[in-house]
Amino acid sequence: MGKSMAETRDVAAGRCTAPALAEAFADLHAPLTEQQAYNESSRCFYCHDAPCLEACPTGIDIPGFIRRIATGNATGAGRTILDSNIMGATCARVCPVEELCEEVCVRNTGDHKPVTIAQLQRFATDALFDANMQPYARAAETGKKVAIVGAGPAGLACAHRLARYGHDVVVYEARAKAGGLNEYGLAAYKMPDNIAQREIDFILSVGGITIETGKALGKELSLDQLTSDHDAVFLGLGLSAVNALGLDGENVDAVEDAVDYISDLRQAVDLSAVAVGRRVVVIGGGNTAIDAAVQAKRLGAEDVTLVYRRGPEQMGATDFEQDLAQTNGVIIRHWAMPVAIKGENGSAVEMTFEATQLDGNGRLEGTGARFTLMADQVFKAIGQAFDAAPLGGGAAPEVSDGRIVVDENGKTSVNGVYAGGDCVAGQDLTVSAVEDGKVAAEAIHLELSGQNSNKGVS
Amino acid sequence: MADLSTSVGGIKSPNPFWLASAPPTDKEYNVVRAFKAGWGGVVWKTLGEAGPPVVNVSSRYGAVHIGEQRIFGLNNIELITDRPLEVNLREIKQVKKDWPDRAMVVSLMVPCEEDAWIKILKEVEDTECDGIELNFGCPHGMSERGMGAAVGQVPEYVEMVTRWCKSHTNMPVLVKLTPNVTSILGPAQAAKSGGGDGVSLINTVNSITSIDLDLMAPTPTVDGKGSHGGYCGPAVKPMALHMCAEIARNAGTAGLPMSAIGGISNWRDAAEFIALGAGTTQVCTAVMHYGFKIVEDMIDGLSDWMDQKGYAKISDFQGMAVPNITDWQNLNMNYEIVAEIEQTKCVKCGLCHIVCEDTSHQAISAEKIKGERRYEVIDKECVGCNLCMHVCPENCITMRKVDNGKDYMNWTQDPRNPFSNAAE
Repeated sequence: MGKSMAETRDVAAGRCTAPALAEAFADLHAPLTEQQAYNESSRCFYCHDAPCLEACPTGIDIPGFIRRIATGNATGAGRTILDSNIMGATCARVCPVEELCEEVCVRNTGDHKPVTIAQLQRFATDALFDANMQPYARAAETGKKVAIVGAGPAGLACAHRLARYGHDVVVYEARAKAGGLNEYGLAAYKMPDNIAQREIDFILSVGGITIETGKALGKELSLDQLTSDHDAVFLGLGLSAVNALGLDGENVDAVEDAVDYISDLRQAVDLSAVAVGRRVVVIGGGNTAIDAAVQAKRLGAEDVTLVYRRGPEQMGATDFEQDLAQTNGVIIRHWAMPVAIKGENGSAVEMTFEATQLDGNGRLEGTGARFTLMADQVFKAIGQAFDAAPLGGGAAPEVSDGRIVVDENGKTSVNGVYAGGDCVAGQDLTVSAVEDGKVAAEAIHLELSGQNSNKGVS
Repeated sequence: MADLSTSVGGIKSPNPFWLASAPPTDKEYNVVRAFKAGWGGVVWKTLGEAGPPVVNVSSRYGAVHIGEQRIFGLNNIELITDRPLEVNLREIKQVKKDWPDRAMVVSLMVPCEEDAWIKILKEVEDTECDGIELNFGCPHGMSERGMGAAVGQVPEYVEMVTRWCKSHTNMPVLVKLTPNVTSILGPAQAAKSGGGDGVSLINTVNSITSIDLDLMAPTPTVDGKGSHGGYCGPAVKPMALHMCAEIARNAGTAGLPMSAIGGISNWRDAAEFIALGAGTTQVCTAVMHYGFKIVEDMIDGLSDWMDQKGYAKISDFQGMAVPNITDWQNLNMNYEIVAEIEQTKCVKCGLCHIVCEDTSHQAISAEKIKGERRYEVIDKECVGCNLCMHVCPENCITMRKVDNGKDYMNWTQDPRNPFSNAAE
């Protein structure tokens, strides 16, 4: 390496024409036509005790909804999905189905091709939304009040079910819009046409749910106040902290958190106004890293390199996501970790990486071999963390291993306080968060209604 | 290559594959295309008497689709040819002249008056066609004018008209039978008694394809209304096989030459009808679905199969299945089979289990062994009904014969039958 000159960052908006951007950020998967959906639904064997249903964290009756598509009952199919998963529309677009329902489809055995369950789920939920149907009626008002903190998938799923039972629900949300990661955290080409807000509108249309944005726990709200003002509280806080690289130079303006960039991109009214580096480096191996890398490429970055410290099998991103990155021209470098960042505000940075390997005990170690990459923009996507501070002291729910501790019903160590979604242990998936919210809602309802409760609404 | 040449009622054909009297045989253009493709013969779309116009409506076909399979069944409300008689006759004559080795049969339908038949027979004879087929089957439109099925459903009329034709022409006469009767044997017997050289069956089945739930009207819908039509295609094949079998195994009609019709779509379907005694087979729906080219597979498929089976000519297997069609009471009560699941091919859909559990004999267990689904036949509960084999989408269930050491015994001999010969 010669002596480093401070090279100005090349970060610019409008690297692609507006039509090119529109195409690049359009639907990743075109929706099925009615004929395609019918044909695909005909491939389903309508298995007894179906493996797909078992693999779904929310337990959607998959053969049941697919059969409804085959009979021309698409709205019934949509309702079947929403009965188990009120965010079926988002999950149809973002669920890692190749590791869930589609992985276990029996048609993988003979045909080597599963029924495309996610595509069919999208068809059915779209049909229901397009028909402007409200399949759920609210039970008579109970007069009970439940506070939900966080309007992400867990919080909204919980809110919907409680509202159906007739409880009054207030959802407090720190950000300007409801939706959580559905609205702020997923690649734009997976959630086009404002589907996150359409889905929220649908959820709210059942009635009995109020959303108050700009209200964060630990700031405008305290858990003590919430518990004393409400009959129950559900915490769907998500992961508000971002893991750091722990390197000097991490704070220069070329180094950003991928989640922030993705969030800004999702909120951008005009994609041609979103700036992107000429040379982009993404550090991390999860779906957030892929979302950042692919979107940077689609915004017009010349070179996008994703660096991950382990191999493809250890990546959190699914095979589909890894393929997507590669077919979008993202270079993936495995087995390398960042060790130094050289640069200053306003300049491009020189990232130094060290090759890695597993030692005799299976632990990661550096090999000593190094390489450098010049980057105009670096995205850190090495995971997010739960920030327990807003829970307050005193009667705060127990936290262990960095997440709120809950029992199988989502109940925390504090009476009347439940939690779910990414802030509790488990898979950090939209679909898991929805299930957490649903399960907690059932438990809350049971608690609020005492012994003479309804058995369930679905 | 096996010899596929065949005949029915004295009408010779280079192969057993004819096009049935229907839209594909309505004019020279289509028929010539069919002959070029390799079809052995055609029954020209039904001619009526000169004069009264035949006018068709717009929207004529309805269909039943199953899954991705289009046209499992097809229904039509078309009438006989709507082209002038003299044009049809001229074309028939020309095509026969150009294609002398192919069977040219002309379908006819005129009012039940002897003079009307005499008149048209003379006109048709002039075409030098190979034979005629009496359309006693059409279930709609013409039957309301006292023709078609209105004749075919009354054995006395069938016999009378057949006799008129036989007495006024030397052309071979095939009588086309309607399936819209309680028993096919009455009309078949009448055709034979009237001197018919053979029968063609089945014509289309009375049907309404579906009800359009928005229009609240049957399909095909003509300006908000619909009428029953004639059903054909793969869906009707089992009914056609049954009726052909009835004629073949009934003492009074056995041996009556048959040109089989009803859902024949490929060489295998055709071979099945020939095994019931048919001399030729007639196709319509399959060509209206895929075009004339399918005859290529029909020809080499049948030929290869015959070669493999050692049948040198059609008559070598014609009617071979007839002796094996019997009444239920003659079936062997001691024959025992049980289902067997080929576990390595099983994809664990569980359909065999759930249909047996819900609707049959609770003879297939469902277990989870170390998280793996496993379905097993419980031999002692299995009655050998075949249901699981039919629902298995991967075709991995077979029926295994159980060697129970018992001899043949039918119901008439069964001591469990209070009226059996063996009973006291």
